[in-house]
Amino acid sequence: MIRQLIASTLRVSTPLIFAALGGMFCERSGVINIALEGMLLFGAFGAAVGTLVSHSPWLGSACGMGAGVVLAAIYGVFVIRLRADQIVAGMAINMLAMGLTPFFCKILYDVTGSTPSIPIAERFQSAPLYLSWGLVVICFLWMKYTPTGLWVSFAGEHPEALGAAGIRVNRVRWVAVLVSGALAGMGGASLSIFLSSSFSRDMTAGRGFMALAALIFGKWKPLPTAFACLLFGFADAMQIRLQGVALWGGEPMPVQFIQILPYLVTILVLAGFVGHSRAPKALGTAFHEG
Amino acid sequence: MRKVLQPILAVALGLALGLAVTRIAGESPWHVLQILWKSAFGSGYDFGMTLFYTTPLIFTGLAVAVPFQAGMFNIGAEGQLTLGALAAAVVGAVWPGLPWPVAPVLATLAAILAGTIWGGIPGWLRAKRGSHEVINTIMLNFIAAGLASYVTLYLLKNPDTQNPETRSIGAGYLIHQFGIFEGAPVSLALPLAILAAVFVWILLWRTVLGYEMRAVGQSEPAARAAGINSGRIRIMAMSVAGGLAGLVGVGEVLGNAGKFRLGFSPEYGFIGIAVALLGRNQPVGVVASALLFGALHKGAADLDLETEHVTRELSLILQALIILSVSADGLWSWMKKRGEA
Repeated sequence: MIRQLIASTLRVSTPLIFAALGGMFCERSGVINIALEGMLLFGAFGAAVGTLVSHSPWLGSACGMGAGVVLAAIYGVFVIRLRADQIVAGMAINMLAMGLTPFFCKILYDVTGSTPSIPIAERFQSAPLYLSWGLVVICFLWMKYTPTGLWVSFAGEHPEALGAAGIRVNRVRWVAVLVSGALAGMGGASLSIFLSSSFSRDMTAGRGFMALAALIFGKWKPLPTAFACLLFGFADAMQIRLQGVALWGGEPMPVQFIQILPYLVTILVLAGFVGHSRAPKALGTAFHEG
Repeated sequence: MRKVLQPILAVALGLALGLAVTRIAGESPWHVLQILWKSAFGSGYDFGMTLFYTTPLIFTGLAVAVPFQAGMFNIGAEGQLTLGALAAAVVGAVWPGLPWPVAPVLATLAAILAGTIWGGIPGWLRAKRGSHEVINTIMLNFIAAGLASYVTLYLLKNPDTQNPETRSIGAGYLIHQFGIFEGAPVSLALPLAILAAVFVWILLWRTVLGYEMRAVGQSEPAARAAGINSGRIRIMAMSVAGGLAGLVGVGEVLGNAGKFRLGFSPEYGFIGIAVALLGRNQPVGVVASALLFGALHKGAADLDLETEHVTRELSLILQALIILSVSADGLWSWMKKRGEA
């Protein structure tokens, strides 16, 4: 029972970790990423289609990452190039993903909403899980010990200083946004070809926002963010496990209270009631290249 | 002139792009446009359904516009309207015997109150704890969905059906539906929405509170220097917004379903963001763009049947493209102001 719970916690946390790490690059560079949800969904769709075509989960997840990058590029054009409001454009990107995925499904497979299911031999068994934790370590080292990692933080904290040092702030942000699309796309892939057997409409069900919450809970740092993802994943796994379990009175367990817990905790953390979390200073502000 | 022209251009651009996408599906964009038009305005019933969708969008559009004028972003209309509708249904299901004029008024007040509280929380958190309302309202949307699901499935479950909905409200709660729309559930909620728009206009441009809201929205430090309690203003703006969003429950629960149905809203709260943006956060603009988005929503509903490959989700694509076109342009002046603040 305990071992099962740990295993399922690790599994359901995987897409959250990918998405949250993607969000980290984007937000540390100063670009809010409300569009994580849409990139996750687009990635899940791209991965399912790619796997159905190529019969390989690896090529499939490459397609998922590509799909995430495409959506991130559209987002980047609007928020970096056109300096659109990052929250407005992010919400629009989410809507676009919610609209485009069933639209393409209908064209490709003539069904509304979901792809045909993928045979188990062509799906991932556990690779994304290990990959995600490897990535956590890489991101940790990257942000802390490499110059490019430093650039990303500076683009989000003191863009003027970075610009004065001769680094093109908006170029750093572009790379960060695209990386975030790729990672969120991989997160989507682990939803559609690892945790489930096909793409279905709106299958992300708010996981992009949950990843965003984990990012805030983890103070925009790789390791704490990954542990926040685990915590949220645990709540999710508990909730699945306790569904329909009878309490002492014979009443079914109200799992809704476990479901809302991560969101409640995020609000409390953000408000400084439990620990404290500070956003990158220049988060959400467009940079005018002079 | 530019003020009116820009949104119209943005809509044209968004529609053109979105319809061009239907070419990929092998449909003629012109044909799709005709279906959209016919299905939104083709008959009294169709037009009635368009107005039925327009009504909640006026409320949510206003719920985004008021905080926007005060420099805040309300992504929480979805949660506010969920709890507003739930509150109206709870009142109606717990006291089903109340007579007509009292009952709907009470349920409406409950909807406003629930929305106000749910909007006031992120306002208070922003004012007193400094945490950003965007994340807080997104989180509160999920919490509201969880609460609504709990109340619906555990406390007030309708015993007669497997559908996730509450017991029916008493007959005295139901409000008048207009007969001329051939059965489309256009109720007194529509004039109520227009009244709400008038209320917002008066609030923003004819009262001291509204003046203070706009002052905080344009430059918070300047407003504070002028002696305005910006924290209080932010709480007020978000509370008013929540109350407006809560009123969605009137049309849905008292004017249509007669109960609370989980997932009744096709993301009215999010479409409200688009409505407010396109309407330039002005009440008149909000009403006009709510009608446009209502028509898009209704128009797209028939695409599943009327075309080979285009589904109703086209309305989401169109909405997204319209928002992107507006945001790339229309928001710049507002952001410049905020950037200088």
